[in-house]
Amino acid sequence: MKKRYQLEDLDCANCAAKMEEAIKKIEGVNDAVVSFMAQTLTIDADEERLDKIMKQVKKCIAKVDSDCTLIM
Amino acid sequence: MTKKQKKNLYRIIISLVLLLVLKFAADPLIGKLDVNAEIRKLIEIAVYLIPYLIVGGNVVAKAGRNMLHGHIFDENFLMTVATIGAFALGDYTEAAAVMIFYQVGTLFESIAVARSRKSIASLAALRPDYVNVERDGELVKLSPEGVGIGDTIIVLAGEKVPLDGEVIDGESYVDTSALTGESVPRRVSVGSEIMSGYINQQGKLVVRVSKEFGESTVCKILDMVQNASSRKSRSENFITRFARIYTPAVVGAAVLVAVLPPVITGQAFSKWIERALLFLVVSCPCALVISIPLGFFGGIGAASKCGILIKGSNYLEALANAGTIVFDKTGTLTKGVFRVQEIVGAVCSDATGERVDTDDADERDRIIEIAAYAEAYSNHPIGRSIELYYEQQGHSVDKSLIRDTKEVSGKGIVLTKDSGTFYVGNAKLLQEAGIVEEEKEEPILSAAMQCKDGTVVYVADSERLLGYIVISDEIKDNTAEAIEQLSVQGIAESVMLTGDRRATAEAVAEKLGISKTYSELLPQDKLSILEEIIAEGTTPTVFVGDGINDAPALTRADVGIAMGGLGQDAAIEAADIVIMDDNPGKIVIARKIGIKTLAIVKQNIVFALAVKLLIMVLGVIGIANMWMAVFGDVGVSVIAILNSMRLLNHKKY
Repeated sequence: MKKRYQLEDLDCANCAAKMEEAIKKIEGVNDAVVSFMAQTLTIDADEERLDKIMKQVKKCIAKVDSDCTLIM
Repeated sequence: MTKKQKKNLYRIIISLVLLLVLKFAADPLIGKLDVNAEIRKLIEIAVYLIPYLIVGGNVVAKAGRNMLHGHIFDENFLMTVATIGAFALGDYTEAAAVMIFYQVGTLFESIAVARSRKSIASLAALRPDYVNVERDGELVKLSPEGVGIGDTIIVLAGEKVPLDGEVIDGESYVDTSALTGESVPRRVSVGSEIMSGYINQQGKLVVRVSKEFGESTVCKILDMVQNASSRKSRSENFITRFARIYTPAVVGAAVLVAVLPPVITGQAFSKWIERALLFLVVSCPCALVISIPLGFFGGIGAASKCGILIKGSNYLEALANAGTIVFDKTGTLTKGVFRVQEIVGAVCSDATGERVDTDDADERDRIIEIAAYAEAYSNHPIGRSIELYYEQQGHSVDKSLIRDTKEVSGKGIVLTKDSGTFYVGNAKLLQEAGIVEEEKEEPILSAAMQCKDGTVVYVADSERLLGYIVISDEIKDNTAEAIEQLSVQGIAESVMLTGDRRATAEAVAEKLGISKTYSELLPQDKLSILEEIIAEGTTPTVFVGDGINDAPALTRADVGIAMGGLGQDAAIEAADIVIMDDNPGKIVIARKIGIKTLAIVKQNIVFALAVKLLIMVLGVIGIANMWMAVFGDVGVSVIAILNSMRLLNHKKY
């Protein structure tokens, strides 16, 4: 299932790439794209485990860029 | 400016003022203090740390946090190490000033990025906030999601049309520029189709909704543009891969710079560590990582303002590199509006061998009648034109008389009526049915073959050819000009595919200056010929179609361009680039934007790498200082971003 989330204060393009890579590695995530320009995260993940996955996604984002927040 | 940007600006101003005060007022005072050198040094460090931490505290904090998470060697880390190094070497003013300079650069960067984001977000402003619905004689505002198909909505003057539908009352001019790039307002009245995203300029319009909000034109377009940056171009992927090798390589080189020379020559470590730090600061790949996606984003944004939607940077890049462009004829190069031009009754021999001339008014009426019945269930534009003509003559098709119609793909229709079986279609249909032998032996067929003006539809009963109908389609006004400009732009080959007869096809191709024509194709042939062209070519192949029946070809081509995509979901789905109106000149504009985008991206890559390399070399041999290094980092980023922003000016195209 594909979903799009808005990211706030995503300030560096390199961070976006790092986030993307980290999120892709989460179990249950089929694909993820972090767009620096559109400030969005598009994620294709297991619907049943979505809550759990999104928690991990948040952690990933905080790890890479602590200023950036995911708007649910 | 956002809150965050303002906060950063204040920090910069405060610490800059503080630094100047320290430099010119406090420094002499500290110098007069009667303490020993060690303590004076500590006091100086403590004093200069104030402006430093005001402006760069968040950088240092971030660097620390990132290091805990195992992300070393990001920008924050490099700046922290470089400035702390400066403190350690006793250059307190420089440490604080470099941090200020760095923050100024970052602020510029963030403003520039925000500005280009905004220019694309202006499309998002098309998303309607509410819908007016009349309830008990009063206007009520509802959310667009709450309105269904068949509901009636009201659009007042100055409002955006929130949902797709048909005008059932009122008339007005609508501004379609947000979707089509066309600046001349379009007149709408009762019966007109109207798209979400138009802006009603004058009167009140009453609209019957034809699509739910999620399916509406404006939603589809927004979705497409927002997803565009997720399909990355080769240049973007190159930079991502490049950064992966680049960063460790630079760090390795910096370590060598710090360690090797002092070990070999016995010079002081401090001097070489300083040079290595400088080396690290300048090496940050941010200029590339930001400015390249920004360039593509800008190109896509500029195109969308011209009424051209591009689904991904990779398509923009492929379009710019394309060498072959393949057009579908009908609806793409021509208007796709067919009109019955001529009806001709056959002159031929009947069963007894006697010549009969059946070309009279009664016979002509009979021919068009049979054709109209045959096409009664057809959606093909040619069939529709025959039906329309028949209706205009004051007749109507009585569908109860039709027993069966069978469509033979790419050839025509076999109609079974009470009065017998009839064949309506091209020469191949008649040959297969055994009604005519070789084309050239039939004088009527060869006469029809000579006719260059349009498509010929033959009408036959089960025994003989009754006659034919000539249907013409006009070439779009600026098609020839567009094809000429494309070849000036370096498109080596333009190809036209059509199901039409050779004579018609070649006449059109000649008028337009198309280099290669494939005619008399069945729908499935188009795809296989396109595949051949793709296989032969070394450059990307573009296919341009009207999106109604060429979805497979649009998908198959390296770049599929659908013309006149406004309101056509199938076209928007299948194509990579959608031209909202059906102006062929927009293909030229799209390619121009693509070429410009690639040029700017290349400029940025070359410029950034060259400047960085130069400063790195100068740094190692001891000519460059920390200021130059910071310029090489954020300064180059800002210049590259500003260069990318040039793409946003869509009025140039």
